[in-house]
Amino acid sequence: MSDAAVTRPTPSQSLLLRNLAVFAENRLAAGSAILVLIFVALALFAPLIAPQDPNATDLFRRLQPPAWQAGGDWAHVLGCDALGRDILSRIIYGSRVSMLVGATVVFIATSIGILAGLAAGYLGGWVDTIISRTVDILLGFPYLIFAIGLMAMMGAGLGNIILALVYKEWVIPCRVVRAETLATREQEYVEAARALGASNRHIMLREILPNILSPVIVVSTIRMANVIILEASLSFLGLGVQPPTASWGAMVADGRAFIMQAWWVSTFPGLAILLLVLALNVASQGLRDAFDPRFHE
Amino acid sequence: MAEPLLSVTGLTKVYRGTPSIVGRLMGRPTLEVKAVSDVSLSVERGEILGLIGESGCGKSTLGRTILRLHEPTRGGIRFDGIDVSSLPPHEMKAMRRRMQIIFQDPYASLNPRRTVADIVGLPLRLHGLARGKAETRDMVAAIIEKVGLKTAHLDRYPHQFSGGQRQRIGIARALVSRPEFIVCDEPVSALDVSIQAQIIELLSDLKRDMGLTYLFISHDISVIGYLSDRVAVMYLGEVVEIGPVQAILERPRHPYTQTLMSAVPKVEAQGGRHRVRLMGDLPSPLDPPSGCKFHTRCPLATDLCRSQSPTSQTLGIGHHASCHRLGEDLNLQEEVTA
Repeated sequence: MSDAAVTRPTPSQSLLLRNLAVFAENRLAAGSAILVLIFVALALFAPLIAPQDPNATDLFRRLQPPAWQAGGDWAHVLGCDALGRDILSRIIYGSRVSMLVGATVVFIATSIGILAGLAAGYLGGWVDTIISRTVDILLGFPYLIFAIGLMAMMGAGLGNIILALVYKEWVIPCRVVRAETLATREQEYVEAARALGASNRHIMLREILPNILSPVIVVSTIRMANVIILEASLSFLGLGVQPPTASWGAMVADGRAFIMQAWWVSTFPGLAILLLVLALNVASQGLRDAFDPRFHE
Repeated sequence: MAEPLLSVTGLTKVYRGTPSIVGRLMGRPTLEVKAVSDVSLSVERGEILGLIGESGCGKSTLGRTILRLHEPTRGGIRFDGIDVSSLPPHEMKAMRRRMQIIFQDPYASLNPRRTVADIVGLPLRLHGLARGKAETRDMVAAIIEKVGLKTAHLDRYPHQFSGGQRQRIGIARALVSRPEFIVCDEPVSALDVSIQAQIIELLSDLKRDMGLTYLFISHDISVIGYLSDRVAVMYLGEVVEIGPVQAILERPRHPYTQTLMSAVPKVEAQGGRHRVRLMGDLPSPLDPPSGCKFHTRCPLATDLCRSQSPTSQTLGIGHHASCHRLGEDLNLQEEVTA
């Protein structure tokens, strides 16, 4: 951070740009963000990057070890699973499921949460009572068990995972938005907008929302990590994406039976989950620091 | 005389605190604060009515209730012959173009995420006063120059301006829709003294050029004395004295006004002027005193003052005060020093 003063942007730039500049100065957070972007690129360009067909089985390569161990070869760097499928390629393809579920769930949940939270916080009264009590009830259920129950009712599948997770996930951004709205609605510029004749909709979306987006963005990145873990958990339990589609959670589950003979089958997808979730968490911490002016020197 | 631009009758604003469920079960009463209590006053077209009082006396609440930023609990508000207090929302919206407010804190009253052009152009967009983006920008540029800023400032954000410049932006926003009546809610109290004079001059010039009417709220007697045509003095939610600025400044009649005026520092050739100090703090508005609300701090209070609240008495043309001891025509300074 010592050479930061040189790159500090001039005050003529917008608040967002200044925040991003502060974020970039935090090397750990910036590195994590780059790691997340690498995972995004893996997911987007999986067919171009993956060395093998992720679903091609080869029984001669059953539980083939990683390249650096005896019996491994460099065509299958991270080894093969019980059906002789290339683990590296399956991890690359599996990132698609994690990313898709994580991003979609967080995007839908945050959109619902923002609208519900704004309404509850700004309008108050019975609107707040209904929304806040619904939130309280949903928070009372353990997340994973709630999702398992929904998956059991709706059946497995990508769309149903997203639906099952959104059912409860929106509660978290909703609470954040409601709390921020309660504080922001008392600001004089909100009163000024009312004095000018602005509608509730204008005040909520144009005056309040832009000022509370920073904490919402921070929370979304943290929650994306959580949603990815939940998807992996559901897939691990066999309630997620159905075979043969590669999913990190299901890969960990597949390798469980051979963990003593072939540690690599479970370990590498597990490491992928760990890396992505860790990177998301560190990046969100950096975002929080960057968006909070108290952390600027 | 023509009907005043604004007339307020018996305006009352009560805030109720909702007790907790436990409190309700235990039969605790709901807390009530009468921030504004039975206030009647009028503002003539083209005049500046100063509203003065110590902090917490309800000045700002009165200003905001008149604009229906807070809904009045009781009482009537007539603006240009229209009963504003009961207008349905869509008609109230149209009314808001004509009555505006300038806020005290220029750091809190501008949305930090929007540019000056956005902030000042908002009233034009809300009320459809400009055709298209180009005309909106032209009108915004015109008012920005009128308040002493440059069109180069239009695409900047509030944090890039000083306090005085921000207050100019706030003034431009209030004036861009060509309103007739402005509540100035302590518009200079948050500014440096050197900037205060500039903003006061600006408000005074704009009033003359645009034919405005102000309700000017302040706790600064010299600002009020410089700007106002008439002055209303508030104490604990009530207007205790109202009259022409000369009368209030030079011959205040209500004991509270007299103590206020004696607190103004003056350059005088000879001594002999005694500052009348008020004893104690402003009583809690949660539990206001009985009778005349000022009796707890009034050096002239009698038993009558403690039991009955005084009614408003006429003391001269447009000069009214509410005090039991007005008839004795006492001068507080002489009384206290005697």
